[in-house]
Amino acid sequence: MATTTPKPLIGEPIPRKEDPELLTGRGRYTEDISLPGMLWAHVVRSPYAHATIRGVDTSKAAAMAGCLAAWSGADLAGDWAGPLVCAWPITDDIKMSTHWPVAQDKVRHVGDAVAVVIAESRALAKDAAELVEVDYDPLPAVTDVKAALADGAPLVHDDWGTNLSCVWSCENNSPAPRNSPSAPFFDDPDLVKVKGEYFLARLIPNAMEPRAGLVDYNPAQGEFTLYSTTQIPHVLRTTMVLTCGIPEAKLRVVAPDVGGGFGSKLDSYAEEAILLAAAKRMARPVKWVSERTDDYVSTIQGREMYQEIELAATRDGVVKAVRVRLLANMGAYYQLVSPGIPMLGAWLYCGPYDMEGYDLEYWNVFTHTTPTDAYRGAGRPEATYAIERAMDTLAFELEMDPVELRRKNFITKDKFPNHTIVSGLTVDSGDYHQTLDECLRILDYDAVRADQQKRRESGSTKVTGVGFSTWLEMCGLAPSRVLAALKYVAGGWDAATIEMMPTGTVRCLIGVSPHGQGHVTTFSQMVADHLGVGYDDVEVLHGDTQVVPLGMDTYGSRSLAVGGVAAWHACEKVIAKARTVVAHQLECAEEDLDFAGGTFTVKGTDKTMGIKEAAFAAWSAHNIPDGMEPGLAGTHLYDPPNFSWPNGAHACVVEVDTETGEVEILRYVAADDCGVVINPLVVDGQIHGGVAQGIAETLYEEAIWDESGNLLTGNMVSYLVPSAAELPQFELGRCVTPSPTNPMGVKGIGEGGTIAAPAAVGNAVVDALSHLGVRNVGRPFTPERVMTAIWEAQR
Amino acid sequence: MSRIAVTVNGVRQERDVEPRTLLVHFLREDLGLVGTNVGCDTSSCGACTVFVNGESVKSCTMLAVQADGTEVTTIEGLAPAGQMHPMQEAFQQYHALQCGFCTPGMVMAAVGLLNEIPSPTEEEVREGLEGNLCRCTGYHNIVKAVLAAAGK
Repeated sequence: MATTTPKPLIGEPIPRKEDPELLTGRGRYTEDISLPGMLWAHVVRSPYAHATIRGVDTSKAAAMAGCLAAWSGADLAGDWAGPLVCAWPITDDIKMSTHWPVAQDKVRHVGDAVAVVIAESRALAKDAAELVEVDYDPLPAVTDVKAALADGAPLVHDDWGTNLSCVWSCENNSPAPRNSPSAPFFDDPDLVKVKGEYFLARLIPNAMEPRAGLVDYNPAQGEFTLYSTTQIPHVLRTTMVLTCGIPEAKLRVVAPDVGGGFGSKLDSYAEEAILLAAAKRMARPVKWVSERTDDYVSTIQGREMYQEIELAATRDGVVKAVRVRLLANMGAYYQLVSPGIPMLGAWLYCGPYDMEGYDLEYWNVFTHTTPTDAYRGAGRPEATYAIERAMDTLAFELEMDPVELRRKNFITKDKFPNHTIVSGLTVDSGDYHQTLDECLRILDYDAVRADQQKRRESGSTKVTGVGFSTWLEMCGLAPSRVLAALKYVAGGWDAATIEMMPTGTVRCLIGVSPHGQGHVTTFSQMVADHLGVGYDDVEVLHGDTQVVPLGMDTYGSRSLAVGGVAAWHACEKVIAKARTVVAHQLECAEEDLDFAGGTFTVKGTDKTMGIKEAAFAAWSAHNIPDGMEPGLAGTHLYDPPNFSWPNGAHACVVEVDTETGEVEILRYVAADDCGVVINPLVVDGQIHGGVAQGIAETLYEEAIWDESGNLLTGNMVSYLVPSAAELPQFELGRCVTPSPTNPMGVKGIGEGGTIAAPAAVGNAVVDALSHLGVRNVGRPFTPERVMTAIWEAQR
Repeated sequence: MSRIAVTVNGVRQERDVEPRTLLVHFLREDLGLVGTNVGCDTSSCGACTVFVNGESVKSCTMLAVQADGTEVTTIEGLAPAGQMHPMQEAFQQYHALQCGFCTPGMVMAAVGLLNEIPSPTEEEVREGLEGNLCRCTGYHNIVKAVLAAAGK
C-alpha cells in the first residue's frame, strides 16, 4: 500500500553526496588500487588488421630482468573454459564469432591481443612487451561494410564463407507484430515518397577513465577478486565464470569509482579474463591499465551504419508508412551485446508518429576493425536520426513547415495509456505536442525564422538554420520474458535491499552500478522520503558483488526505471513489516495504523511509534509477533511489465559560414519528458552530457580506418572530442507525464540527449543551406563535407 | 636513478626516480597521491593538471626530474583535509561533475584560470579550459561553476 507521506526530498536539486571525495582527490578508481606483491600485465597487440600468426617468440621477453612471464595465445589456450561471451544471438541462424581473449591462429583487427607479459612494474612490463617477437603473415583486410559484402572480399571468419553474420527483420524476427507491411503504401501512386540515405560514422566512446583491471587471487581458497572499470559487476561475474571456468561463488567483482562508461564498459573484455588467468598462474595480484592509444583499438566502439529510409505520405502531410534497411558494422568479433544494437532502434524508425505500414531489416556484417557494441543510445540515436532527417526531407518536398508536419503526425495524448505503435510495441505515456510547445516557447521560433530570412536577404555568408528532433525512445529493457523473445540471454529485472539498522539508519543495497549518474544521491532522496527518515540516514551501497549479491547493473537508462522501482518495492516491504511490529507493540490492528513521515499513528488517537523504533524492536526481537523473523529488511527483484518511454522535443540553431563550411551552434533547446524527476540537477546533467555527445558525433567525431585497417584517428589528438570551447550553453525545459508502468512514475533519461541531438543538429545545418539547394550533408558535418555539399548543390 | 627533491602540498619529498618517470607517475606511484588522474597519452585531456610553482601544468608532459626543486600542488593539497576550496564548493553546488575522473584536473585548471583572469567572461572560461576534456557534463555546469567561483 502506498503511503501518503509528503515528498520533501523527491524533486529537490540536492547537491550530490558523491562529490566531496571526487572533488578532493579521494575518489578511488581501479588504477588507484594497489596491493602488496602486485605485478603488472601488458598486452601485446597486433599491428595488422588481418594476419596469420606463424609463431610467437616470448623467450627474450621472459629472460628480461624484472619480467616474470610472457605468454602467447597458444600458451594460454588451456586456461579458458570458453571464448569471450556474446549474450545476444539474435537469430536462429546467426553466424557467431569465436573470440578468444588472446588470439591463437589469426588476428582480425589492429589491437587484437597476441601475447601477454607480466613484470614487476608498469614500465618493465612495457619494456618486456617490446621484446615479444610475433611472426605474422599479413593478409588483405576489409573495413567497410559494403566492401565486406562484395564477392571475393577477405573473410573475417573463414569458416563461414561470408562476412554477413545475420539478417534481422521486423517481419521475420520481431515478437511484436507490426501493424501492416509497408509495401502497399510504397506501391500507391497517390502517395508522396521520400528517401534518405545516411552513413553514421564509427565513434570512439572516450570515457575519460581508460579501462583498467586488477585481480587478487587467494590460492589457498581458490578465490578471485576482480576490480574492474566496469558498468556491470554482476553480469561480468557470470560471463567471466563462463570464460575462465571459476566457480561463481569464488569470484567477487568490484566496480570501484568508475570514470564514465557510455556503454564502453558494458562488456566482457579480454583483459579481464587475461588478468584472472595471470593472477592464478602467478599466485600474485596482477594489474593492467590501458593507455588511451591502446584503449582506442581495444575498447568497443559505436554506431557505423549505412541507413536507407523511405517515407510514404499523403500530399497534405499524413505519413502512412516507413521502410528501413540498415547495414551495421560489427567489427571483427561480437562483443557482449553487439548483434542486438541495431535492434534497440528497430521499432523506433516511426518516431513519435502514428503510421500504418512499417518494415525494417538490418544486416550485421563482420569487418577487420575493432568490435562495435553499445555506445550511449545504442540503436536509438541511429533510428532518431533517420526518421527525423527524413521528416525534414518530407517537409521540404511537401513545402510544409517541419514543425507543422510533426504536429500533424504525432501520436496524441488521448491514445495513452498504452498505445501500440505501428512497429508493434506498446508505448505507455507521453504528450508530444506539449514537449514541442515547451521547446518552441523557449526557442521563440518566429524570431529565429525572421533572423534566418533577414540574413538570407542580406546576402550574408553567415547563414542560420534551425532543426528539430522530436524523439521517442525505449529504455529500461524489460520484462525478462520479452527479452527472451528477443533472444537476449539475460533478464531485465533489477534488485534492491533496504535494511534498517538497529539505530535507525538505513542501508540501501542497489543492483545497479553507477559510473557518474549520482545514484547515491538519487536513491538517498527516494528512500529517505519513502521511509520518512533523514537524507543522511541513508547509506547507498553498490558495485561489489560481495556487498550487493543481486543485480543486473547500469546501461540502457535503466537504473531508476528498473533499479529505483526495485528499491521502492523494497521500502514497501520494510514498511509492511514495521507495521506488523508496531501493531503488535501498540496492541492494535495493522489497518488501524496510519504511516506518514516515518511515524505510525493509531487512527483517532495520539499513540505513535516511529519506524526507527520499530527497527530497534525488530532487531532486539524482544517483543515481536510469534513466528516473525527478527530484523527489519526487505529485498525486491523488480521485473518491469514494459519498457520505459521517455521522449522530448529538441531544437538547434546553427550558423554556417558558406565560405569555410564552419558550423557554430548558436542555441540548443531541449524540452524532455522523463516522467517524475527525483533530482533535477542530476537529470539536467544527464541531458547536458547526452546532448554534448550527440552534437559531438554529428559535427566532430569520426573513427577513420585506412584500407589496411589502421586506425588513422588513433589518439585524442586526431579524434576530436569537443572541449568547452566548441559547445554551447543548453536551454532546458521539462514536461512531466508520469509513467503508468511503475508506481514512481519515472522514466529513464541517461541516453535521451544523445538520441535526440544528432537529428536536431543535422536538420539545422541542412536547413541553413536549403536555399542553396543542399538537401543532405554527410556525417560528421565537417567544414570539408559542408563545403562539398554546397558545391555539389550548386553544380 | 636520479635523486630529486620536490615540495608537494607543502611537504618536502626526496626520492630516487628513473629519469624517464613522468611527474604524474611520480605523484601517483611514488607518493601515493592518486587524486591526479591520467586520461590520455597525448597531453590532450588535462586530467593530470597540477600546479608547479603556482602555474597549472599537465603533469604527464613533465618528467619528475624536471620538477626537482619545485613546489607542486595537487588536488589533495588545494584545501586542508576535510575542507573544500571555493572552486570545489562551486563544482558541487552547480553539479559540475558526474563520474569525477576529469574533475581534479578540471578544478586545478579552473583555479589556475582565475589566477590569471580573476573575472573572466563565459567565452574566456570556455577558451581557458580548452585543454581539459570532460565527457559527462557537456561543460555547461563546469562553466557555470567557474563563473560562480569568480564571483559572477
